[in-house]
Amino acid sequence: MSQISVQNLTVGYEKDIVLRNLNFAVNAGNYLCIVGENGSGKSTLVKTLLGLIAPMNGYIIFDEDLSRSEIGYLPQQTDIQRDFPASVREVVLSGFQGRMGLRPFYKAEEKQEAEAQMRRMGISDFAKRCYRDLSGGQQQRVLLARALCATKKLLLLDEPVTGLDPAVTQELYELIASLHAEGVTIIMISHDVEAAVKYATHILHIGDITFFGSKKDYLNSQPGRRFLSGKKERGEK
Amino acid sequence: MFAQLAYYLSYSFVRNALIVGVLIALCSSLLGVTLVLKRFSFIGDGLSHVAFGAIAIASVMKLTNRMFLVLPVTILCAVLLLRAGTRTKIKGDAMVAMLSVGALAFGYLLMNIFSTSSNLSGDVCSTLFGSQSILTLTTTDVILCSVLSVVVVLIFVVFYHKIFDVTFDENFARASGTKAGLYNLIIAVTIAVIIVLAMNLVGSLLISALVIFPALSAMRVYKSFFSVTVCSAVTGVVCALIGMIVSIFADTPVGSTIVAVDVLAFGLFTAAGFLQGRARVVA
Repeated sequence: MSQISVQNLTVGYEKDIVLRNLNFAVNAGNYLCIVGENGSGKSTLVKTLLGLIAPMNGYIIFDEDLSRSEIGYLPQQTDIQRDFPASVREVVLSGFQGRMGLRPFYKAEEKQEAEAQMRRMGISDFAKRCYRDLSGGQQQRVLLARALCATKKLLLLDEPVTGLDPAVTQELYELIASLHAEGVTIIMISHDVEAAVKYATHILHIGDITFFGSKKDYLNSQPGRRFLSGKKERGEK
Repeated sequence: MFAQLAYYLSYSFVRNALIVGVLIALCSSLLGVTLVLKRFSFIGDGLSHVAFGAIAIASVMKLTNRMFLVLPVTILCAVLLLRAGTRTKIKGDAMVAMLSVGALAFGYLLMNIFSTSSNLSGDVCSTLFGSQSILTLTTTDVILCSVLSVVVVLIFVVFYHKIFDVTFDENFARASGTKAGLYNLIIAVTIAVIIVLAMNLVGSLLISALVIFPALSAMRVYKSFFSVTVCSAVTGVVCALIGMIVSIFADTPVGSTIVAVDVLAFGLFTAAGFLQGRARVVA
């Protein structure tokens, strides 16, 4: 049974259609990369999957044991966060908010869980440091720990390596791969096709031509070949 | 000097004024942190002008207690402004500007046309910059202020973690199932209440100072949301107390004295933050 299955989905803002008639499915344990050029509608699709904007047409069906609020979301950085005074522990703990309903304070086990996730991401040493003073890679680890507090099942990562240097990018990819190996379903938005074909099990390519299928099929498909070779010709990584 | 202070404090209306001042400063500095971080400072400013317009209408209508009209009108505008701010197609900042200057102009116009008071400019001045003296607060004002401030502080404590969540990352909050819209609404309503309360103390033009200065000061030095919130609250209360006591002794207008102390505190905190940064570089 698919954790998320998307049928004939059309997404967009108000009257502007960004993407039409998407069909794809994510099974437990998959690592899906959503690739496409800038402006192809990747972010709009993410917002629709998360329920931040309503689908214009079609269906997003969640498996019975996965509610929408159990998607651990790693958003792109916002301006507000760049000068926000918040300690790492405060940020990680806020991952539990979605499940708390009206309960005002955190439980002891939630605090322990947050500590455990910080250890898992290797950021325990910074627990009391200010989020904005950390490096880009460290900040992404903090947001990953927060997402893991919100879910055990599925992470949705929106361009997680934007602005990171190559070494840190590599580290973050390995970290995500290790979470995948532990059984967490991963959906990652990326324009880094090389990494996508290296780590993902499935690819959703959006743009002029839409493709969805396993990584192997993508490498043999027309959009896959064109996109990969195009990137190489332009000398991009 | 202490004998003189004790003499003043022996009057119940002086004590009441100090209590109200401290409570208002506490509320506004608590919410100020969220307001500044959410980039909502301008909404506070716009709302204070709306409150001025509402006061003008209330005085024209000769209401015995103006708060009962001003409070609902300001809350309504807070909700409207928040809606406009979240929708990108209608420019939130332009809407605030429109509403605030419009309310200011109509307020002054109404006061001029219908005024029966012999001292019109005095009335306008005290609405804009606060009473000449905090000592003229009525008992109803004091009770209403105290009750509302306690409610505001309680709301803040209960929703503290939610406020952090929707302030730090609203998209994440929404995606993980937090009712961000509801909490934004609570924040907007609370801000409106604080602004109406603070009108009595500092007048409508100076309210924003009471809200943003303690928060900005705290952010110069402290690095976590909790410590910034606590520091902002303490700074706000201490500055308000100093300002009120100075204004009693020096016979200065209470609102501008408090704000002057806030500005001084901001200068001190900025210097402290600078030295702290230097110390870290050296170490």
